[in-house]
Amino acid sequence: MKNLSEEVVFGPSIYLPILARIVSVVSITASDKLFTLALPNDLSMRHRPGQFVQLNVFGVGEAPFSLASSPSRSHGTFELAIRRVGDLTGVIHGLGPGSVVGIRGPFGRGFPLERFRGKDLLLVAGGCGLAPLRSLINQVLDERGNFGQVQILYGARSPSELLFKRELLEWENRPDVDLHLTVDSPDLGWKACVGIVTNLFPEVKVDPRNTVAAIIGPPVMYPSVVRQCRTKGLADGNIWLSFERRMRCGVGKCGHCQMDHLCTCQDGPAFMLSEIKQMREAFV
Amino acid sequence: MLVTEPGRQDPANMSKFCILPKAKLPEWVNELVAHHRVFGPRVSGRGYAFGPVVRFDDMDLNYRQSRLSPKKFLLPQRELLYEYETSGMRLSPSSDPSSTIVFGVHTCDQHAIRLLDRVFLQGIADQHYRVRRDATILIGLECLRPCSSESFCRSMGTTSPATDVVDLHLVDLGTEYSIEIHSSRGAKLMAAFRGAFAASHNDLERRDAVLKAKWKQFPYSLDCDVTDLSPLLAECAESPYWDELGAACLGCGACTQVCPTCSCFDIEDDVTLSLSTGKRLRIWDSCQLNQFAKVAENHDFRPARAARQRHRFMRKGKYQYDQHDMVGCVGCGRCGTACLAGITPIRTFNELSRRQKQLSPERQDLE
Repeated sequence: MKNLSEEVVFGPSIYLPILARIVSVVSITASDKLFTLALPNDLSMRHRPGQFVQLNVFGVGEAPFSLASSPSRSHGTFELAIRRVGDLTGVIHGLGPGSVVGIRGPFGRGFPLERFRGKDLLLVAGGCGLAPLRSLINQVLDERGNFGQVQILYGARSPSELLFKRELLEWENRPDVDLHLTVDSPDLGWKACVGIVTNLFPEVKVDPRNTVAAIIGPPVMYPSVVRQCRTKGLADGNIWLSFERRMRCGVGKCGHCQMDHLCTCQDGPAFMLSEIKQMREAFV
Repeated sequence: MLVTEPGRQDPANMSKFCILPKAKLPEWVNELVAHHRVFGPRVSGRGYAFGPVVRFDDMDLNYRQSRLSPKKFLLPQRELLYEYETSGMRLSPSSDPSSTIVFGVHTCDQHAIRLLDRVFLQGIADQHYRVRRDATILIGLECLRPCSSESFCRSMGTTSPATDVVDLHLVDLGTEYSIEIHSSRGAKLMAAFRGAFAASHNDLERRDAVLKAKWKQFPYSLDCDVTDLSPLLAECAESPYWDELGAACLGCGACTQVCPTCSCFDIEDDVTLSLSTGKRLRIWDSCQLNQFAKVAENHDFRPARAARQRHRFMRKGKYQYDQHDMVGCVGCGRCGTACLAGITPIRTFNELSRRQKQLSPERQDLE
């Protein structure tokens, strides 16, 4: 079984996708769908949580999407959670099982699991950021014994926009996971926290010497979450963030995703805070 | 990185040199045209452009500066990456390996290709670039006078050939050319032509004299050393000068379109009217355009023109130097000629340097 990335990088063109078939499509909110895709028989994704793929719809275009499935649960298939926000995602939302799309990747540096093992984890997601974080969370849960305390903080705009509700319920019911939720605009039945994700920090206790934080969300969330992590005593080397940028090529050539001198698509998208805190273009 | 004037040639190197009488040049070029696709500098409107050469007369080797650099043969403005059927069931990758000669490449453009080689071939190699680069023989041409009022190649150390990039390099000695052979491909080309002969010691002395005489025509116009650009830019990251450039900049992207080292691109689809087939294309893009860093839901990571200008000069003067050990600007001055707002790299670098010295007078004392 070959890795998909070898097929893409050592094939005739790094821009040539591999054909993948949509196996199932599940609506998870009014504007988000979870797509399960199957690679050709002899290929395996073998990704790291935090990596992304370029998804092609032939005749429409190509865009980067984070892998939402964990390596531990990606056997020939993988999952992408896609929000309908533009032309391409609008077309993708119209696709059903059996449709063929192009996939390039997985690209970039994901989260370094080997550095996370043995540590307590503080996992923070905002909005769509839960999709890539779910890849990390499920990997951690599938090798739960390798990690200490697992705390998940997740904020969304409203209860109806929470992603992966069934899994949130499972995580909430697990004794070895501490899940904290918040929404900006609660509905009548909402009993948890209200407000932005930083409002959840007073609820959590961390041992700063043995905790690693992984943070994925919209850019506006990062400065305040970083501040909260530092207030909890976390060192900058133990705070990891995943950055969204306009990744067009995925292989560090096209220049679109540069953050100062770094190519987010190859050097990231997951960065340690100590690596990027000097970057002028990191928190914009 | 500092410019060194070529010294006397070691006799052991003499086999690397040929002499081609100018009277024989048309014959040689016509012979090359018979076996290769040849591009060279041609008169185009009121300037020059690299274009197809069918016979020797098409070319003007006394050309000043071409509007676009020969980069366009290695990284075309619109390049087909692959064709597809929209059903997605068939993909046909495209590559263009036809043997090409680019004749008369000036030294600054040679250095620019060296940087492109590093950008596209280091790390994950770009096969499309690789195929074109491998199929392209570069014949360089020494510049004996500055080619534009905006050029500052001497300050950037690009007034001498990039000998690891070109296959052959020509120097105009008056009635003949000296040709220096820099690759086995170049040696093969010369071996196939009977009109050139081995250079004598006297020929090389004349060549050295020509090279030596040219330097006084090229002013050194950068107010700091080229190796100081990276630290200078690091110090100037928050300079108010970027806001001044941003206010002047029209955001048109002309600077990046004419730049021989700019290599940013976008990937686009071109679908036929029947919607059944399409092409995936790579097209030149520009960090100065307002869509460049925009993502879904219209979040723009570099919305201000000031930030875009800063990024452009940081990339040229610092990021590429730090990453590839080469300054990303070769001093050709094309962007300065193209800019309607009068923004030029040499004035930008010198102005930053001047302001920095004002801020820290002790720095000036050290110099």
